[in-house]
Amino acid sequence: MVAIREMPMKEYVLKGNAACAGCMDTLSLRHALKALEGDVIQVVPACCTSVIQSLWPKSGLGVPVLNTAFMAAAATASGVRAALKVKGRDDTQVMVWAGDGGTFDIGIQALSGAFERRTDFLYVCYNNQVYSNTGTQRSGATPLYAQTTTTWYGKTEPEKMLDLVVAAHEPAYQATANAAYPRDLYDKFRRAREIHGPKFIHIFIPCPQAWNYPVEKGVEVGKLAVETGYWILWERIGDEFRLSPQSKRYQDPSKRKPIEEFLKLQGRFSRLFKPKKDEKKIAELQAYVQHRWDILLRTFT
Amino acid sequence: MKTMLMSANYAAARAVVSARVEVVAAYPITPATTVPEQIALLDEEGIYKGEFIRVESEHSAMFACIGASSAGARAFTATSSNGLLLMDEALHWAAAARLPIVLANINRSVSPSWNIHVTHDDSMSKRDTGWIQFYVASVDEFYHTIIQAFRLAEDERVLMPVMVSADGFVLSHTVSPFDYLEPEEVDEFLPPYKPPHWVMDPDNPISHGNIVFPEYYQEFRYQMHEGSKNSLKVYPEIEAEYKKLFGKYFGGMIAQHRCDDAEVVFTAQGTVGAEAIDAVDELREQGYKVGVARIRMYRPFPVEEIRKLASHVKAFASFDRGVSYGFGGHAANDIRAALYHSPHRPFVKSYIGGLGGRDVTVEDIKEIILATVRAVETGELGPEETWHDLLE
Amino acid sequence: MPKSPYSVPVVGSTGKTGSWRTFDPVIDYDSCSRCRTCWLYCPEASIDLEEDGTPHIDYDYCKGCGICAQVCPKKCIEMVRTTERTGAK
Repeated sequence: MVAIREMPMKEYVLKGNAACAGCMDTLSLRHALKALEGDVIQVVPACCTSVIQSLWPKSGLGVPVLNTAFMAAAATASGVRAALKVKGRDDTQVMVWAGDGGTFDIGIQALSGAFERRTDFLYVCYNNQVYSNTGTQRSGATPLYAQTTTTWYGKTEPEKMLDLVVAAHEPAYQATANAAYPRDLYDKFRRAREIHGPKFIHIFIPCPQAWNYPVEKGVEVGKLAVETGYWILWERIGDEFRLSPQSKRYQDPSKRKPIEEFLKLQGRFSRLFKPKKDEKKIAELQAYVQHRWDILLRTFT
Repeated sequence: MKTMLMSANYAAARAVVSARVEVVAAYPITPATTVPEQIALLDEEGIYKGEFIRVESEHSAMFACIGASSAGARAFTATSSNGLLLMDEALHWAAAARLPIVLANINRSVSPSWNIHVTHDDSMSKRDTGWIQFYVASVDEFYHTIIQAFRLAEDERVLMPVMVSADGFVLSHTVSPFDYLEPEEVDEFLPPYKPPHWVMDPDNPISHGNIVFPEYYQEFRYQMHEGSKNSLKVYPEIEAEYKKLFGKYFGGMIAQHRCDDAEVVFTAQGTVGAEAIDAVDELREQGYKVGVARIRMYRPFPVEEIRKLASHVKAFASFDRGVSYGFGGHAANDIRAALYHSPHRPFVKSYIGGLGGRDVTVEDIKEIILATVRAVETGELGPEETWHDLLE
Repeated sequence: MPKSPYSVPVVGSTGKTGSWRTFDPVIDYDSCSRCRTCWLYCPEASIDLEEDGTPHIDYDYCKGCGICAQVCPKKCIEMVRTTERTGAK
């Protein structure tokens, strides 16, 4: 894994932008752009990243950014890639940077189409499991029992297993990452950069606004997601699957922290604890952790 | 220049080659389908030199064009009906981003019920997107107007996308000779596209389309309006140059036939406007002072041309192959609006017909013109709106 | 006015976001090991590093999230109320 001192000093996420304090999206984007060293055209559908760029005529991002419509990120990227091919710029990375709504829900058709066409681009879904930009409505990525402004008493369905949908397209590279592990994230973007073809990186992004945890706790929440086994870090180069070391140790259920530790820090799960603790629902979420592991390993190993 | 014999759709595919389009993104829909089919063949055979993205929807087709154009490529797509409607968001986007994309729309009825034949409701419902709109009436005109469209769209004074519409089947699948230009011949008229203001480039990063607050949003929209209206003076310049270079001219923004001394002028968009030439000639032989004005450029609306025409006619018979539900014929209402502040306000009788591909014959057109002649003779407008050939 | 809304990258696109803070990170340099962890995790890129890894908070732009204090292995970053650090009322 990259040593901190080996990471480029140049910043492409420029300070004084419009992101919320404690934003884990900007943290992830910061290291993604370092890994790509700015040789990228970033396509951004409607999402928090549309806003954090700040207001015209200024931008808080030091790379070319093409803002596009909510459901059109991968299609827009396909066009950018085709133009670059005509212009002979095959090495410039075309990167979609889309939220979970723009990926799991409204943008999934364009994503599927671009992958099926074997478009040479990197699609990044930064997933905070909710439509946070519009005020925290449930998305296809919102987990079971999470409260949102369209599921006030908790969502009644678990999230869509998007990684399996993407895997069905046999991408050239696929990985999960987590904002709380920026060095691992950086490495994965470096690897993606070297591979041509459709690539997908799915980043877990704790969100202090939408998840209602104290603003300084983003890294702690992100790490708990891995330590409880809730979020699994892995990558797949072609068919070659490997659990990332940070998650490898939690393949053994006995090593995992109880899911409750992840849940209780977040206001979005407060109804599981108040007015009284709902042991049954917490047990369900605990069981679902293992379910995710089973599905993942059954599919890829 | 050499003569080729092809359908309008195949000719459109050839225009893509002639104009050195760099990126095409298209999705199949009848009756536009044979445009991308033919481009695919030209692509696979190496005659078309650009990229062809075989997208999974029309929405993606237009956004792929937007991505390509934003990265500095000349981009094209073709569609019809529901496909154009699915693009709606993207059409607004392309215009507001000032991207000179060209779209060939093969007019087709909107569903339900399923009907693959011509009605103009698809493109007419997109009049307010910012796209410049042309309606054509022959294979040759379709081919050359697409080439002209790129030049118009890319003109710095305009910088707006252009839609060229052709009637489904009636024109799209009609095989006719046209004069083909090799890309080398077109080069003099259409230089390579160089985005004049911004482009996606890692060496010079900018962000396009981030938030604009109420303080400035209106000013961007005003400039779109100005850009669109500028094509009223830019297009005649382009046409004059095209005529000089290639000897091709299709009649300006409003193609007129025997309008100079006409008392009644029949107006239409698309092939009906060409069909009307025969009707007018036959009625002229019978002594009627009638003419036909085929509106080629529909957005921006050629208001001054309409007013000039109105200054010497007694009535318009406006024929619309579509309808604004609850208000009436698109062109009839636009013509009436254009004349409101004009000192010359002849009758504007509105005729709606030919929907869903119903045949509009020379006899139909003569009947409409004669009804309008009678209105002039009696001084009675009669019905403002008539659905022609409407079953009981 | 340009013809369409394109924006140019600048530091401080949303102004001096340091004004958002209620708490300021203050580094105890005697305890700091120059490990760069605070730099790594700063979402705002508002911690500058010297060659040897010595971190400096850019108070013009630091939004005061406090993540640096949380992740510091030496626990040598303290969040201090802005008014106390600056003496402002």
